[in-house]
Amino acid sequence: METPANYRYLPSHEWHFAEGDTVTIGITHFAAEELTDVTFVGLPKVGTKVQADQRFGEIESVKATSDLYSGISGSVIEVNSELATNPGLVNSDPYKKGWMIKVKVSTPAELQRLLSVEDYLKKAGH
Amino acid sequence: MLKHTPFYDFHVSAGAKLVDFAGWEMPLYYRGIVEEHEQTRRSGSIFDVSHMGRLHFSGKDAATFLNHVLTRNIAEQKLGQSRYSLVCNESGGVMDDVIVSRDVKNWVLVCNASNRAKLVKYFNEVRQSRGLDLDFSDQTESTAMAAIQGPKVIERMADVLPVDVRSLKRYGFESSSFLMTKFTIFRSGYTGEDGVEVVIPAKVAGMAMKMLAGKTDRPEATIKPAGLGARDTLRLEAAMPLYGHELNEETDPLSAGLQWAVDLKKEFVGAAALRKVAESGPRRKLVGLELEGRRIARQGVAIKSGDGVVGVVTSGTFGPTVQKSIALAYVDAGLSGEGTHLAADLNGVATPARVVKLPFFKR
Repeated sequence: METPANYRYLPSHEWHFAEGDTVTIGITHFAAEELTDVTFVGLPKVGTKVQADQRFGEIESVKATSDLYSGISGSVIEVNSELATNPGLVNSDPYKKGWMIKVKVSTPAELQRLLSVEDYLKKAGH
Repeated sequence: MLKHTPFYDFHVSAGAKLVDFAGWEMPLYYRGIVEEHEQTRRSGSIFDVSHMGRLHFSGKDAATFLNHVLTRNIAEQKLGQSRYSLVCNESGGVMDDVIVSRDVKNWVLVCNASNRAKLVKYFNEVRQSRGLDLDFSDQTESTAMAAIQGPKVIERMADVLPVDVRSLKRYGFESSSFLMTKFTIFRSGYTGEDGVEVVIPAKVAGMAMKMLAGKTDRPEATIKPAGLGARDTLRLEAAMPLYGHELNEETDPLSAGLQWAVDLKKEFVGAAALRKVAESGPRRKLVGLELEGRRIARQGVAIKSGDGVVGVVTSGTFGPTVQKSIALAYVDAGLSGEGTHLAADLNGVATPARVVKLPFFKR
């Protein structure tokens, strides 16, 4: 699977895709493969404030449970409700249908701190 | 340095995700845990279980020895029969759970990979201290073992194996030779499905994989490889205990619901301690729990009744076939009845959990 070049990343495997002041967040296919089949995604409610480098939710698979981190600060304006009934979308389509939250960014400069695809792939050891 | 089973080259060529399991580099999955679980329930899967210990006993005192260290009475075990049994310590704690089989010239004991070194040491000590006339050999690394499990496996194996597997009884086995190669076929498994477990010499493993499973990479293949991930979700739905989770040296088999594998009428290591447990009744019991929602209660999660902690989870998963969050847990005996309403403490959130009948899945 291709890791999108126009997304920005955290070393903890979350991707960020910016359109204007809205950033969509999900996890990379490396993370999805490591977790194996996702069975549950715990996401915040619309309106929740998220902070850069802070936990915003959690993800569970048959194998493991792990925290989800945001690379940017802002407030949640949309959550992917599809994941409640079909968490496997994180495995089958991690960069599109498997998205998790959309955040209205409060500090756009934070995006620049995030890893480019090259740096992420290097850090992730791929 | 991790050990490799004789099927290692197959795992690599099939693109397995490999992990360290009890010192062995083993496939966690090839295509995905849930897909492999479903393939096993729907058709058939082949699992490499060569990491499990295979210990052979023969000689005049072999049966006396085994009856001393095993909870099951093997004096009444027939030729060609396999039986699940436990090895207990003096306090009645479980040192391992094993399958013991009576062959023509010897007894074969299959044990957990994680307990093999411990058992070999312990068995040697017992043999010496009791001065028994016994040949004891560890044949784990000179042989390979595969489990082939699923509803279509017996029909398929009947076409492939030179042994009439259809007439093999559950927990029966047969040793035979084929093309100068000795192999043993057991009708047993660890998935809740019918199937066989096959032991062959290590050097023919590659050929045997092709013969047993055929072309496993076709989408419509009857039998496909499956890893330890699916093996765990399958055994958990079938409520089969896993050493290190439901069983350990501080846990007795009666609390684990395994009284059917313990013969308190005979003498064996741990019998006195277990008779005391049987007399007073276990203080806690292993139960099945069904949780509300999709969250998983994993090993170590506290089980509560109101504000009080009344138990602990030993294994949990989201059951791919039963489509429910399921767990095995030890709870206070008074709260172990079916239908009892308890709660699993998931990061401070009390998630409703109900005691249900085991197994979670039955064919």
